[in-house]
Amino acid sequence: MPHIPEKLRYWMLIIPALAVMIIFYIFPVLNIWGISITEPSVGIENYERMFASNAVKVSFVLTFRIAAITTVACLILGYVVAYTISNLAGRVRPLMLGLVLLPFWVSVLIRSFAWIVLLGRSGLVNDGLMATGIISQPLRLMHNELGVLIAMVHVMLPFAVLPMLTNMRGISGSYIQAARGLGASEWRAFREVYFPQTLPGVMSGGLLVFVLSLGFYVTPALLGGGRVMMISEYITYQIQEFLNWGLGAALSVVLLMATAVVLLIASRFVNLKTTFLERR
Amino acid sequence: MTPSALRIFFGTGSWIILAFLVLPILVVIPVSLTDTSFIGLPKDHLSLQHYDTFVHSTKWLFASWTSIWIGCVVAVVATGLGTLFCIGVWFLSDRAAMIVRWIMIVPILVPPVVQSLGFYKFWVTLGLIDSYLGVILAHVLLGLPYVTISVFASLSNMDRRLPLAARNLGASIGMTIRTVIIPAIRPGMISGGIFAFIVSFDEIVSVLFLTVRRVETLPKMIWEGIQESVDPVIAVVASIFVLITLIATSLAALRRS
Repeated sequence: MPHIPEKLRYWMLIIPALAVMIIFYIFPVLNIWGISITEPSVGIENYERMFASNAVKVSFVLTFRIAAITTVACLILGYVVAYTISNLAGRVRPLMLGLVLLPFWVSVLIRSFAWIVLLGRSGLVNDGLMATGIISQPLRLMHNELGVLIAMVHVMLPFAVLPMLTNMRGISGSYIQAARGLGASEWRAFREVYFPQTLPGVMSGGLLVFVLSLGFYVTPALLGGGRVMMISEYITYQIQEFLNWGLGAALSVVLLMATAVVLLIASRFVNLKTTFLERR
Repeated sequence: MTPSALRIFFGTGSWIILAFLVLPILVVIPVSLTDTSFIGLPKDHLSLQHYDTFVHSTKWLFASWTSIWIGCVVAVVATGLGTLFCIGVWFLSDRAAMIVRWIMIVPILVPPVVQSLGFYKFWVTLGLIDSYLGVILAHVLLGLPYVTISVFASLSNMDRRLPLAARNLGASIGMTIRTVIIPAIRPGMISGGIFAFIVSFDEIVSVLFLTVRRVETLPKMIWEGIQESVDPVIAVVASIFVLITLIATSLAALRRS
Protein backbone atom coordinates (compact mmCIF):
# COMPACT_ATOMS: atom_id res chain seq x y z
CA MET A 1 0.00 0.00 0.00
CA PRO A 2 1.45 3.37 -0.95
CA HIS A 3 2.13 5.67 1.95
CA ILE A 4 -0.41 8.47 2.22
CA PRO A 5 0.54 11.37 4.47
CA GLU A 6 -1.48 11.53 7.69
CA LYS A 7 -2.93 14.95 6.92
CA LEU A 8 -4.21 13.85 3.54
CA ARG A 9 -6.03 10.93 5.15
CA TYR A 10 -7.89 13.34 7.43
CA TRP A 11 -8.78 15.53 4.47
CA MET A 12 -10.23 12.47 2.74
CA LEU A 13 -12.78 12.31 5.57
CA ILE A 14 -13.60 15.99 5.20
CA ILE A 15 -13.83 16.19 1.42
CA PRO A 16 -17.13 14.35 0.72
CA ALA A 17 -19.28 16.63 2.87
CA LEU A 18 -17.28 19.72 1.98
CA ALA A 19 -17.49 19.04 -1.74
CA VAL A 20 -21.26 18.50 -1.58
CA MET A 21 -21.63 21.74 0.36
CA ILE A 22 -19.47 23.80 -1.98
CA ILE A 23 -20.82 22.42 -5.25
CA PHE A 24 -24.51 22.26 -4.39
CA TYR A 25 -24.83 25.07 -1.86
CA ILE A 26 -22.09 27.68 -1.88
CA PHE A 27 -21.84 27.79 -5.66
CA PRO A 28 -25.61 28.17 -6.33
CA VAL A 29 -25.88 30.88 -3.67
CA LEU A 30 -22.92 32.82 -5.09
CA ASN A 31 -24.40 32.33 -8.54
CA ILE A 32 -27.39 34.47 -7.49
CA TRP A 33 -25.07 37.43 -7.93
CA GLY A 34 -24.51 36.30 -11.53
CA ILE A 35 -28.26 36.05 -12.13
CA SER A 36 -28.77 39.54 -10.78
CA ILE A 37 -26.51 41.07 -13.44
CA THR A 38 -27.49 38.89 -16.40
CA GLU A 39 -31.28 38.57 -16.25
CA PRO A 40 -33.12 39.74 -18.23
CA SER A 41 -30.07 41.42 -19.86
CA VAL A 42 -26.45 41.98 -18.91
CA GLY A 43 -25.91 45.07 -16.76
CA ILE A 44 -26.78 46.62 -13.46
CA GLU A 45 -30.32 47.65 -14.37
CA ASN A 46 -31.81 45.41 -11.66
CA TYR A 47 -29.85 47.31 -9.04
CA GLU A 48 -30.81 50.67 -10.56
CA ARG A 49 -34.48 49.67 -10.51
CA MET A 50 -34.14 48.38 -7.00
CA PHE A 51 -32.56 51.51 -5.57
CA ALA A 52 -35.07 53.71 -7.39
CA SER A 53 -38.05 51.72 -6.14
CA ASN A 54 -39.96 53.10 -3.23
CA ALA A 55 -41.62 49.73 -2.54
CA VAL A 56 -38.21 48.12 -2.05
CA LYS A 57 -37.18 50.86 0.37
CA VAL A 58 -40.40 50.43 2.34
CA SER A 59 -39.88 46.68 2.47
CA PHE A 60 -36.29 46.95 3.73
CA VAL A 61 -37.24 49.46 6.43
CA LEU A 62 -40.14 47.22 7.46
CA THR A 63 -37.87 44.16 7.57
CA PHE A 64 -35.31 45.84 9.81
CA ARG A 65 -38.02 47.34 12.03
CA ILE A 66 -39.79 44.00 12.54
CA ALA A 67 -36.49 42.19 13.13
CA ALA A 68 -35.42 44.83 15.68
CA ILE A 69 -38.73 44.84 17.57
CA THR A 70 -38.83 41.03 17.57
CA THR A 71 -35.26 40.89 18.91
CA VAL A 72 -35.89 43.37 21.73
CA ALA A 73 -39.15 41.68 22.74
CA CYS A 74 -37.54 38.21 22.67
CA LEU A 75 -34.59 39.40 24.75
CA ILE A 76 -36.76 40.95 27.46
CA LEU A 77 -39.24 38.06 27.67
CA GLY A 78 -36.49 35.48 27.20
CA TYR A 79 -34.35 36.99 29.96
CA VAL A 80 -37.14 36.70 32.49
CA VAL A 81 -37.67 33.03 31.61
CA ALA A 82 -33.97 32.17 31.46
CA TYR A 83 -33.30 33.92 34.79
CA THR A 84 -36.15 32.09 36.49
CA ILE A 85 -35.14 28.70 35.12
CA SER A 86 -31.51 29.22 36.13
CA ASN A 87 -31.97 30.77 39.55
CA LEU A 88 -35.45 30.36 40.98
CA ALA A 89 -37.15 27.34 39.46
CA GLY A 90 -35.96 24.62 41.84
CA ARG A 91 -38.15 21.55 41.49
CA VAL A 92 -40.15 22.86 38.52
CA ARG A 93 -37.03 23.51 36.44
CA PRO A 94 -37.46 20.44 34.16
CA LEU A 95 -41.09 21.44 33.58
CA MET A 96 -40.19 25.03 32.69
CA LEU A 97 -37.39 23.88 30.42
CA GLY A 98 -39.80 21.47 28.74
CA LEU A 99 -42.28 24.30 28.14
CA VAL A 100 -39.55 26.30 26.39
CA LEU A 101 -38.46 23.33 24.28
CA LEU A 102 -41.93 22.16 23.26
CA PRO A 103 -42.64 25.11 20.94
CA PHE A 104 -39.03 24.93 19.70
CA TRP A 105 -39.70 21.46 18.30
CA VAL A 106 -43.12 22.20 16.79
CA SER A 107 -42.75 23.31 13.18
CA VAL A 108 -42.95 27.01 12.35
CA LEU A 109 -45.73 26.25 9.90
CA ILE A 110 -47.89 24.65 12.59
CA ARG A 111 -47.22 27.49 15.00
CA SER A 112 -48.16 30.07 12.38
CA PHE A 113 -51.32 28.10 11.65
CA ALA A 114 -52.20 28.16 15.36
CA TRP A 115 -51.87 31.96 15.36
CA ILE A 116 -54.10 32.22 12.30
CA VAL A 117 -56.71 30.18 14.16
CA LEU A 118 -56.41 32.52 17.12
CA LEU A 119 -56.05 35.93 15.51
CA GLY A 120 -58.18 35.65 12.36
CA ARG A 121 -61.24 37.81 11.72
CA SER A 122 -63.47 35.04 13.00
CA GLY A 123 -60.66 33.52 15.03
CA LEU A 124 -60.92 32.34 18.60
CA VAL A 125 -59.77 35.63 20.18
CA ASN A 126 -62.31 37.72 18.28
CA ASP A 127 -65.05 35.15 18.85
CA GLY A 128 -64.31 35.05 22.55
CA LEU A 129 -64.27 38.83 22.93
CA MET A 130 -67.48 39.19 20.92
CA ALA A 131 -69.26 36.45 22.85
CA THR A 132 -68.43 38.11 26.16
CA GLY A 133 -69.58 41.44 24.78
CA ILE A 134 -66.27 43.25 25.24
CA ILE A 135 -66.23 44.25 21.57
CA SER A 136 -69.01 44.47 19.01
CA GLN A 137 -66.84 44.50 15.87
CA PRO A 138 -64.05 41.97 15.24
CA LEU A 139 -60.62 43.46 15.89
CA ARG A 140 -57.97 43.42 13.19
CA LEU A 141 -55.37 41.22 14.80
CA MET A 142 -53.66 39.78 11.73
CA HIS A 143 -52.88 40.77 8.16
CA ASN A 144 -51.07 43.65 9.81
CA GLU A 145 -47.78 44.28 11.56
CA LEU A 146 -49.21 43.47 14.98
CA GLY A 147 -50.14 39.92 13.98
CA VAL A 148 -46.78 39.32 12.32
CA LEU A 149 -44.96 40.61 15.41
CA ILE A 150 -46.94 38.47 17.86
CA ALA A 151 -46.27 35.30 15.87
CA MET A 152 -42.62 36.22 15.16
CA VAL A 153 -41.90 36.75 18.86
CA HIS A 154 -43.56 33.42 19.58
CA VAL A 155 -41.45 31.61 16.98
CA MET A 156 -38.15 33.28 17.92
CA LEU A 157 -38.42 33.29 21.73
CA PRO A 158 -36.79 29.85 22.29
CA PHE A 159 -33.81 30.99 20.17
CA ALA A 160 -33.28 33.82 22.66
CA VAL A 161 -33.83 31.72 25.78
CA LEU A 162 -31.46 28.83 24.97
CA PRO A 163 -28.17 30.80 24.61
CA MET A 164 -29.02 32.81 27.73
CA LEU A 165 -29.62 29.57 29.66
CA THR A 166 -26.25 28.21 28.55
CA ASN A 167 -24.58 31.42 29.67
CA MET A 168 -26.39 31.61 33.04
CA ARG A 169 -25.52 27.98 33.82
CA GLY A 170 -21.86 29.05 33.91
CA ILE A 171 -22.36 31.91 36.38
CA SER A 172 -21.38 31.13 39.94
CA GLY A 173 -23.84 32.16 42.64
CA SER A 174 -21.05 33.21 44.97
CA TYR A 175 -20.67 36.66 43.37
CA ILE A 176 -24.27 37.54 44.18
CA GLN A 177 -23.85 36.16 47.70
CA ALA A 178 -20.71 38.25 48.17
CA ALA A 179 -22.49 41.38 46.96
CA ARG A 180 -25.44 40.67 49.27
CA GLY A 181 -23.08 39.96 52.15
CA LEU A 182 -21.42 43.32 51.60
CA GLY A 183 -24.81 44.96 52.00
CA ALA A 184 -26.10 45.40 48.44
CA SER A 185 -29.86 45.21 48.03
CA GLU A 186 -31.20 42.29 46.01
CA TRP A 187 -32.00 44.60 43.09
CA ARG A 188 -28.59 46.26 43.20
CA ALA A 189 -26.77 42.92 43.36
CA PHE A 190 -28.76 41.78 40.34
CA ARG A 191 -28.17 44.98 38.36
CA GLU A 192 -24.52 45.52 39.10
CA VAL A 193 -23.18 42.02 39.68
CA TYR A 194 -25.38 39.45 37.97
CA PHE A 195 -26.67 41.26 34.90
CA PRO A 196 -23.24 42.27 33.46
CA GLN A 197 -22.16 38.63 33.59
CA THR A 198 -25.16 37.59 31.51
CA LEU A 199 -24.47 40.05 28.69
CA PRO A 200 -22.60 37.52 26.48
CA GLY A 201 -25.66 35.27 26.52
CA VAL A 202 -27.97 38.21 25.82
CA MET A 203 -25.83 39.29 22.86
CA SER A 204 -25.70 35.74 21.49
CA GLY A 205 -29.45 35.30 21.72
CA GLY A 206 -30.08 38.74 20.27
CA LEU A 207 -27.84 38.14 17.27
CA LEU A 208 -29.40 34.74 16.57
CA VAL A 209 -32.93 36.16 16.69
CA PHE A 210 -32.04 39.23 14.62
CA VAL A 211 -30.28 37.29 11.85
CA LEU A 212 -33.05 34.67 11.64
CA SER A 213 -35.73 37.40 11.66
CA LEU A 214 -34.12 39.37 8.82
CA GLY A 215 -34.59 36.49 6.39
CA PHE A 216 -37.79 35.06 7.82
CA TYR A 217 -40.44 34.07 5.30
CA VAL A 218 -43.07 31.61 6.54
CA THR A 219 -44.64 33.46 9.46
CA PRO A 220 -44.68 36.98 7.92
CA ALA A 221 -46.12 35.57 4.69
CA LEU A 222 -48.92 33.68 6.48
CA LEU A 223 -49.79 36.24 9.16
CA GLY A 224 -49.17 39.31 7.02
CA GLY A 225 -51.62 38.28 4.32
CA GLY A 226 -49.67 40.14 1.64
CA ARG A 227 -49.95 43.43 3.51
CA VAL A 228 -46.78 43.18 5.58
CA MET A 229 -44.17 42.38 2.96
CA MET A 230 -40.83 41.69 4.50
CA ILE A 231 -37.99 41.41 2.04
CA SER A 232 -38.09 37.59 1.73
CA GLU A 233 -41.75 37.72 0.78
CA TYR A 234 -41.07 40.61 -1.58
CA ILE A 235 -38.51 38.44 -3.39
CA THR A 236 -40.92 35.52 -3.85
CA TYR A 237 -43.64 37.96 -4.88
CA GLN A 238 -41.44 39.39 -7.63
CA ILE A 239 -40.61 35.90 -8.84
CA GLN A 240 -44.04 34.29 -8.60
CA GLU A 241 -46.17 37.18 -9.84
CA PHE A 242 -43.86 38.78 -12.39
CA LEU A 243 -41.28 36.04 -13.07
CA ASN A 244 -38.83 38.81 -12.31
CA TRP A 245 -35.83 36.60 -11.46
CA GLY A 246 -33.30 39.37 -12.05
CA LEU A 247 -34.83 41.72 -9.52
CA GLY A 248 -35.45 38.84 -7.12
CA ALA A 249 -31.77 37.90 -7.38
CA ALA A 250 -30.62 41.50 -6.88
CA LEU A 251 -32.79 41.78 -3.77
CA SER A 252 -31.37 38.48 -2.52
CA VAL A 253 -27.84 39.78 -2.96
CA VAL A 254 -28.67 42.87 -0.92
CA LEU A 255 -30.40 40.81 1.80
CA LEU A 256 -27.38 38.50 1.96
CA MET A 257 -25.02 41.47 2.19
CA ALA A 258 -27.16 43.02 4.91
CA THR A 259 -26.97 39.77 6.88
CA ALA A 260 -23.19 39.66 6.38
CA VAL A 261 -22.81 43.26 7.57
CA VAL A 262 -24.89 42.53 10.68
CA LEU A 263 -22.64 39.53 11.46
CA LEU A 264 -19.52 41.58 10.83
CA ILE A 265 -20.63 44.36 13.17
CA ALA A 266 -21.81 41.82 15.73
CA SER A 267 -18.48 40.00 15.67
CA ARG A 268 -17.01 42.92 17.61
CA PHE A 269 -19.38 42.37 20.54
CA VAL A 270 -20.47 38.75 20.26
CA ASN A 271 -18.51 35.55 20.28
CA LEU A 272 -19.64 34.19 16.91
CA LYS A 273 -18.00 30.87 17.60
CA THR A 274 -20.10 30.10 20.67
CA THR A 275 -23.21 31.61 19.06
CA PHE A 276 -23.15 29.49 15.91
CA LEU A 277 -20.53 26.74 15.96
CA GLU A 278 -21.02 25.62 19.53
CA ARG A 279 -24.72 26.12 19.94
CA ARG A 280 -26.47 24.47 22.92
CA MET B 1 -37.22 34.28 53.93
CA THR B 2 -40.19 36.03 52.37
CA PRO B 3 -40.06 36.21 48.59
CA SER B 4 -38.77 39.57 47.45
CA ALA B 5 -40.33 41.79 44.79
CA LEU B 6 -37.64 40.75 42.32
CA ARG B 7 -38.42 37.06 42.81
CA ILE B 8 -42.16 37.59 42.51
CA PHE B 9 -41.66 39.61 39.33
CA PHE B 10 -39.47 37.00 37.64
CA GLY B 11 -41.53 34.07 38.90
CA THR B 12 -44.97 35.27 37.80
CA GLY B 13 -43.55 36.88 34.68
CA SER B 14 -42.06 33.65 33.43
CA TRP B 15 -45.22 31.61 33.99
CA ILE B 16 -47.14 34.17 31.93
CA ILE B 17 -44.49 34.05 29.18
CA LEU B 18 -44.44 30.24 29.21
CA ALA B 19 -48.23 30.28 28.87
CA PHE B 20 -47.82 32.57 25.85
CA LEU B 21 -45.35 30.05 24.39
CA VAL B 22 -47.39 26.91 24.93
CA LEU B 23 -51.13 27.68 25.03
CA PRO B 24 -51.43 29.03 21.46
CA ILE B 25 -49.97 25.77 20.17
CA LEU B 26 -52.35 23.62 22.21
CA VAL B 27 -55.32 25.48 20.74
CA VAL B 28 -55.13 23.32 17.61
CA ILE B 29 -56.25 20.28 19.61
CA PRO B 30 -59.81 21.43 20.53
CA VAL B 31 -60.14 22.94 17.05
CA SER B 32 -59.29 19.58 15.46
CA LEU B 33 -62.18 18.01 17.38
CA THR B 34 -64.76 20.45 16.02
CA ASP B 35 -68.11 19.17 14.78
CA THR B 36 -68.35 22.03 12.26
CA SER B 37 -66.94 22.11 8.75
CA PHE B 38 -64.88 25.25 9.37
CA ILE B 39 -62.05 26.16 11.74
CA GLY B 40 -63.42 26.90 15.19
CA LEU B 41 -64.16 25.43 18.59
CA PRO B 42 -66.61 22.51 18.76
CA LYS B 43 -70.21 23.82 18.80
CA ASP B 44 -72.43 21.05 20.20
CA HIS B 45 -70.19 18.08 20.78
CA LEU B 46 -66.71 16.77 20.10
CA SER B 47 -66.28 15.01 16.81
CA LEU B 48 -63.60 12.89 15.20
CA GLN B 49 -64.95 13.51 11.69
CA HIS B 50 -61.86 15.41 10.55
CA TYR B 51 -59.56 12.68 11.85
CA ASP B 52 -61.68 10.30 9.81
CA THR B 53 -61.19 12.50 6.73
CA PHE B 54 -57.44 12.54 7.34
CA VAL B 55 -56.98 8.78 7.66
CA HIS B 56 -59.08 8.18 4.55
CA SER B 57 -57.40 10.83 2.42
CA THR B 58 -54.82 9.24 0.13
CA LYS B 59 -53.37 12.69 -0.59
CA TRP B 60 -52.64 13.48 3.06
CA LEU B 61 -51.41 9.98 3.85
CA PHE B 62 -49.19 9.90 0.79
CA ALA B 63 -47.71 13.30 1.64
CA SER B 64 -47.07 12.17 5.24
CA TRP B 65 -45.34 9.03 4.01
CA THR B 66 -43.26 11.07 1.53
CA SER B 67 -42.11 13.44 4.28
CA ILE B 68 -41.24 10.56 6.59
CA TRP B 69 -39.12 8.60 4.13
CA ILE B 70 -37.41 11.70 2.72
CA GLY B 71 -36.62 12.72 6.31
CA CYS B 72 -35.11 9.29 7.06
CA VAL B 73 -32.92 9.30 3.94
CA VAL B 74 -31.80 12.86 4.74
CA ALA B 75 -31.00 11.92 8.34
CA VAL B 76 -28.88 8.93 7.33
CA VAL B 77 -26.98 10.71 4.53
CA ALA B 78 -26.41 13.93 6.49
CA THR B 79 -25.29 12.04 9.60
CA GLY B 80 -22.89 9.89 7.57
CA LEU B 81 -21.31 12.78 5.68
CA GLY B 82 -21.34 15.09 8.70
CA THR B 83 -19.76 12.55 11.05
CA LEU B 84 -16.84 11.77 8.73
CA PHE B 85 -16.39 15.50 8.20
CA CYS B 86 -16.27 16.23 11.93
CA ILE B 87 -13.82 13.41 12.64
CA GLY B 88 -11.46 14.71 9.93
CA VAL B 89 -11.73 18.25 11.22
CA TRP B 90 -11.20 17.10 14.78
CA PHE B 91 -8.03 15.16 13.88
CA LEU B 92 -6.65 18.13 11.95
CA SER B 93 -7.60 20.86 14.45
CA ASP B 94 -5.78 23.57 12.52
CA ARG B 95 -6.76 26.85 10.93
CA ALA B 96 -8.01 25.26 7.71
CA ALA B 97 -10.19 22.92 9.77
CA MET B 98 -11.75 25.92 11.50
CA ILE B 99 -12.52 27.55 8.17
CA VAL B 100 -14.23 24.47 6.74
CA ARG B 101 -16.30 24.19 9.91
CA TRP B 102 -17.60 27.69 9.24
CA ILE B 103 -18.34 26.80 5.61
CA MET B 104 -20.46 23.88 6.82
CA ILE B 105 -22.79 26.08 8.89
CA VAL B 106 -23.42 28.72 6.22
CA PRO B 107 -26.94 27.32 5.52
CA ILE B 108 -28.00 28.43 9.02
CA LEU B 109 -27.10 32.03 8.21
CA VAL B 110 -28.43 32.42 4.66
CA PRO B 111 -32.12 33.43 4.48
CA PRO B 112 -34.29 30.49 3.30
CA VAL B 113 -35.71 32.34 0.31
CA VAL B 114 -32.25 33.33 -0.91
CA GLN B 115 -30.86 29.80 -0.75
CA SER B 116 -33.99 28.39 -2.39
CA LEU B 117 -33.62 30.82 -5.27
CA GLY B 118 -30.04 29.61 -5.70
CA PHE B 119 -31.14 25.97 -5.51
CA TYR B 120 -33.88 26.54 -8.09
CA LYS B 121 -31.62 27.95 -10.79
CA PHE B 122 -29.00 25.26 -10.28
CA TRP B 123 -31.52 22.41 -9.98
CA VAL B 124 -33.02 23.52 -13.32
CA THR B 125 -29.64 23.00 -15.01
CA LEU B 126 -29.24 19.65 -13.25
CA GLY B 127 -32.77 18.56 -14.21
CA LEU B 128 -33.69 17.97 -10.56
CA ILE B 129 -36.83 20.14 -10.39
CA ASP B 130 -39.89 18.32 -9.03
CA SER B 131 -37.88 15.19 -8.23
CA TYR B 132 -37.43 13.40 -4.92
CA LEU B 133 -33.67 13.44 -5.40
CA GLY B 134 -33.75 17.23 -5.75
CA VAL B 135 -35.63 17.66 -2.47
CA ILE B 136 -33.41 15.14 -0.66
CA LEU B 137 -30.25 16.88 -1.86
CA ALA B 138 -31.52 20.30 -0.72
CA HIS B 139 -32.54 18.90 2.67
CA VAL B 140 -29.21 17.13 3.19
CA LEU B 141 -27.49 20.49 2.68
CA LEU B 142 -29.83 22.17 5.16
CA GLY B 143 -29.43 19.35 7.70
CA LEU B 144 -25.62 19.13 7.55
CA PRO B 145 -24.95 22.20 9.76
CA TYR B 146 -27.01 20.75 12.60
CA VAL B 147 -25.31 17.36 12.30
CA THR B 148 -21.84 18.90 12.37
CA ILE B 149 -22.70 21.09 15.37
CA SER B 150 -23.95 18.21 17.48
CA VAL B 151 -21.37 15.63 16.38
CA PHE B 152 -18.58 18.11 16.98
CA ALA B 153 -19.93 18.82 20.46
CA SER B 154 -19.62 15.09 21.22
CA LEU B 155 -16.11 14.93 19.79
CA SER B 156 -14.96 17.86 21.94
CA ASN B 157 -16.08 15.97 25.03
CA MET B 158 -14.08 12.90 24.06
CA ASP B 159 -10.68 12.26 25.59
CA ARG B 160 -8.14 13.14 22.93
CA ARG B 161 -5.74 10.47 24.13
CA LEU B 162 -8.07 7.56 23.33
CA PRO B 163 -7.82 7.63 19.52
CA LEU B 164 -4.15 8.58 19.76
CA ALA B 165 -3.52 5.53 21.93
CA ALA B 166 -5.33 3.36 19.38
CA ARG B 167 -3.22 4.81 16.57
CA ASN B 168 0.01 4.28 18.52
CA LEU B 169 -0.96 0.68 19.14
CA GLY B 170 -1.11 0.22 15.38
CA ALA B 171 -4.81 0.68 14.52
CA SER B 172 -5.48 2.24 11.13
CA ILE B 173 -7.53 5.43 10.87
CA GLY B 174 -10.52 3.41 9.67
CA MET B 175 -10.25 0.99 12.56
CA THR B 176 -9.79 3.80 15.11
CA ILE B 177 -12.91 5.51 13.80
CA ARG B 178 -14.97 2.32 13.86
CA THR B 179 -13.91 0.93 17.21
CA VAL B 180 -12.95 3.97 19.30
CA ILE B 181 -14.46 7.20 17.97
CA ILE B 182 -17.89 6.16 16.69
CA PRO B 183 -18.91 4.40 19.94
CA ALA B 184 -17.83 7.46 21.92
CA ILE B 185 -19.73 10.00 19.81
CA ARG B 186 -22.88 7.95 19.20
CA PRO B 187 -25.12 10.29 21.29
CA GLY B 188 -24.03 13.26 19.16
CA MET B 189 -24.65 11.32 15.96
CA ILE B 190 -28.12 10.29 17.10
CA SER B 191 -29.14 13.81 18.09
CA GLY B 192 -27.62 15.15 14.86
CA GLY B 193 -29.64 12.62 12.89
CA ILE B 194 -32.84 13.53 14.71
CA PHE B 195 -32.10 17.21 14.02
CA ALA B 196 -31.58 16.50 10.32
CA PHE B 197 -34.81 14.49 10.18
CA ILE B 198 -36.79 17.31 11.79
CA VAL B 199 -35.21 19.97 9.54
CA SER B 200 -36.26 17.95 6.49
CA PHE B 201 -39.67 17.00 7.88
CA ASP B 202 -40.58 20.66 8.64
CA GLU B 203 -38.89 22.30 5.67
CA ILE B 204 -41.18 24.28 3.41
CA VAL B 205 -39.46 27.13 1.53
CA SER B 206 -37.11 25.09 -0.67
CA VAL B 207 -39.89 22.56 -1.36
CA LEU B 208 -42.08 25.41 -2.62
CA PHE B 209 -39.32 26.48 -5.02
CA LEU B 210 -38.14 23.05 -6.11
CA THR B 211 -41.35 21.06 -6.60
CA VAL B 212 -44.35 21.47 -8.84
CA ARG B 213 -47.00 18.75 -8.68
CA ARG B 214 -45.26 15.41 -8.54
CA VAL B 215 -43.59 15.78 -5.16
CA GLU B 216 -46.00 16.61 -2.32
CA THR B 217 -44.62 16.79 1.21
CA LEU B 218 -46.62 17.28 4.37
CA PRO B 219 -45.51 20.90 4.96
CA LYS B 220 -46.41 21.71 1.35
CA MET B 221 -49.93 20.27 1.82
CA ILE B 222 -50.32 22.30 5.03
CA TRP B 223 -49.03 25.44 3.31
CA GLU B 224 -51.42 25.02 0.38
CA GLY B 225 -54.25 24.19 2.75
CA ILE B 226 -53.71 27.41 4.72
CA GLN B 227 -53.49 29.49 1.53
CA GLU B 228 -56.64 28.11 -0.10
CA SER B 229 -59.28 27.48 2.50
CA VAL B 230 -58.65 26.91 6.11
CA ASP B 231 -59.79 23.30 6.30
CA PRO B 232 -60.10 21.66 9.76
CA VAL B 233 -58.02 18.72 8.48
CA ILE B 234 -54.98 21.00 8.90
CA ALA B 235 -55.89 21.26 12.59
CA VAL B 236 -55.89 17.45 12.72
CA VAL B 237 -52.39 17.28 11.21
CA ALA B 238 -51.26 20.07 13.54
CA SER B 239 -52.68 18.24 16.57
CA ILE B 240 -50.88 15.03 15.62
CA PHE B 241 -47.61 17.01 15.30
CA VAL B 242 -48.17 18.73 18.63
CA LEU B 243 -49.08 15.51 20.47
CA ILE B 244 -46.01 13.68 19.13
CA THR B 245 -43.79 16.61 20.15
CA LEU B 246 -45.47 16.77 23.55
CA ILE B 247 -44.81 13.06 24.17
CA ALA B 248 -41.23 13.30 22.89
CA THR B 249 -40.33 16.35 25.00
CA SER B 250 -41.93 14.82 28.11
CA LEU B 251 -39.95 11.62 27.63
CA ALA B 252 -36.75 13.62 27.13
CA ALA B 253 -37.48 15.69 30.25
CA LEU B 254 -38.19 12.56 32.31
CA ARG B 255 -34.95 10.96 31.19
CA ARG B 256 -33.03 14.10 32.11
CA SER B 257 -34.46 14.43 35.62
